[in-house]
Amino acid sequence: MSDAAPLVLGIETSCDETGIGIVRGRTLLSNTIASSMDEHARYGGVVPEVAARAHLEALQPAIEAAVAEAGIRLDELDAVAVTSGPGLAGALMVGVGAAKGLSVSLGKPLYAVNHLVGHIAADLLTGDDVEYPTVALLVSGGHTSLLLVRDLVTDVEMLGETMDDAAGEAFDKIARILGLPYPGGPEIDRVAASGDRDAIRFPRGLSRASDMATRRYDFSFSGVKTAVARWVEQHEDEGVDIADVAASFREAVVDVLVTKALDACARHDVPRLLLGGGVIANRRLRDVALERAAAAGVAVRIPPLSLCTDNGAMIAALASELIRSGRPESTLDFGADSTLPVTEIQVGVGE
Amino acid sequence: MILGIDTSLGTSVAVVGSDGVVHAEVSRADPLGHAEVIGTLIETALANAADGTTGAGAPGPIEVTHVAVGMGPGPFTGLRVGIAAARAFALGRGLPVIAVPSHDAAALAVVLAAPFADAPRFAVVTDARRREFAFSVYDGLDDDALPIRVAGPSLTPRDHTDAALAALGAERRDTTAISAAMIGLAAGRAHAVGRVLSGPEPLYLRPPDVTLPTAPKRVGT
Ligand SMILES: [Zn+2]
Repeated sequence: MSDAAPLVLGIETSCDETGIGIVRGRTLLSNTIASSMDEHARYGGVVPEVAARAHLEALQPAIEAAVAEAGIRLDELDAVAVTSGPGLAGALMVGVGAAKGLSVSLGKPLYAVNHLVGHIAADLLTGDDVEYPTVALLVSGGHTSLLLVRDLVTDVEMLGETMDDAAGEAFDKIARILGLPYPGGPEIDRVAASGDRDAIRFPRGLSRASDMATRRYDFSFSGVKTAVARWVEQHEDEGVDIADVAASFREAVVDVLVTKALDACARHDVPRLLLGGGVIANRRLRDVALERAAAAGVAVRIPPLSLCTDNGAMIAALASELIRSGRPESTLDFGADSTLPVTEIQVGVGE
Repeated sequence: MILGIDTSLGTSVAVVGSDGVVHAEVSRADPLGHAEVIGTLIETALANAADGTTGAGAPGPIEVTHVAVGMGPGPFTGLRVGIAAARAFALGRGLPVIAVPSHDAAALAVVLAAPFADAPRFAVVTDARRREFAFSVYDGLDDDALPIRVAGPSLTPRDHTDAALAALGAERRDTTAISAAMIGLAAGRAHAVGRVLSGPEPLYLRPPDVTLPTAPKRVGT
């Protein structure tokens, strides 16, 4: 194997995207994604069993498409990588089964890795020089996490995460309250464009002084969700300006995300912030983060959106870094771990 | 040789020759943990077949030509692990996948256990969780030496199973393990005569468990 630039295929099935990525070292060769989002639209959210069925259907064609795009043969691979967790258990297991089948078939090492750390590794595929330590804010429909990355393959610390809904879920739920379709993020963004973000002051979750002592870097979106629902109910007789509600809600979420992320940068004396996860598509979140970070002297990195949403390339990229740093392959007996802690960067590491 | 895989109940992996000789079979009865054991079981089955451990063949390299996989019915989460592994293994080596209803393999095992008996019509009955069984009714072997399925696979409430089978005139054969060797054997027999036993969709028998959203709940004041 080329330890400097290993050829790795990554499989990611933790939520509703079947992601197959192929990298050579830090060079991206393919980032193939099959999404089952449309199938979830009529349910207003990701249905785990629907997602798992779709993964099984999509895997083989997605692997074939990725291999064709990368212009490689499977037997040329140096390793196979897969997400072991966190994520939806039934969905993860489809990827784990496939990765093991492929690894044994090819006789190539298998690296089982952490989904959240994969989001951080995606940044390496931009071709830029990436510096650590960095604070990372990962926001999607499945997770909302604030991490301190001292070293990608050895030292990632969870500073805080959501206590209830992921930010993306909150957008989906508010969209439903406002009569907007799924997925809610882009819809809220669209409607909010013509709204006044200062029209209504919705609560910022876990931002009181007392929270700062105990839950400084954790998030909660249930309070703002309830506040929006109550506001809409109280004002439905006089007619609700959906644009103002959407803009004000979005502002509350963005404010708390950016405030906590930059607070983490300041308190840990880390002048770098990496943004990842599908909610990064939200224009207002990016704008506020860039503006306030600049004022605070923090450099913000935002990989292209195709690398921010769940994808297999980030899983391959993380495995590639593990190989480059001399880590042995995972043993074959790992499973899917829906609550895998972020400190377990690689899974199935022999004692 | 055919690599057979089934995860519809426990996890089973086998290597079967095109002549029907079983070169290796390794299984775990655990109705969970498919994802944990599937890789090791495939590796072990291939190694055992290459070593000639079972005495079924001389030690030597194993050339897998087909991958056969049980398509259920069975609890979905585990079932998919075996199908995903089988497809990816096949993809890695450019091999065809032969899909087999898992109950067909169980039926073949029943018939082969007493090959000269005049077996009555019988039903393979497996756990489908949620107080239901899955069953398929078989009536002997056809000219291709494959079990003749005359009903199913279908679901029945546990309490109604006996009545349902009596109505079909089938003796009940509760099955708690599917043999991957029987998956491979059925696949080999079907493939030899160009027959297709199952489509590419798992035999879920049940739609995904979802409820359509209703209007958002009112929160009140
Ligand atoms: Zn993610």
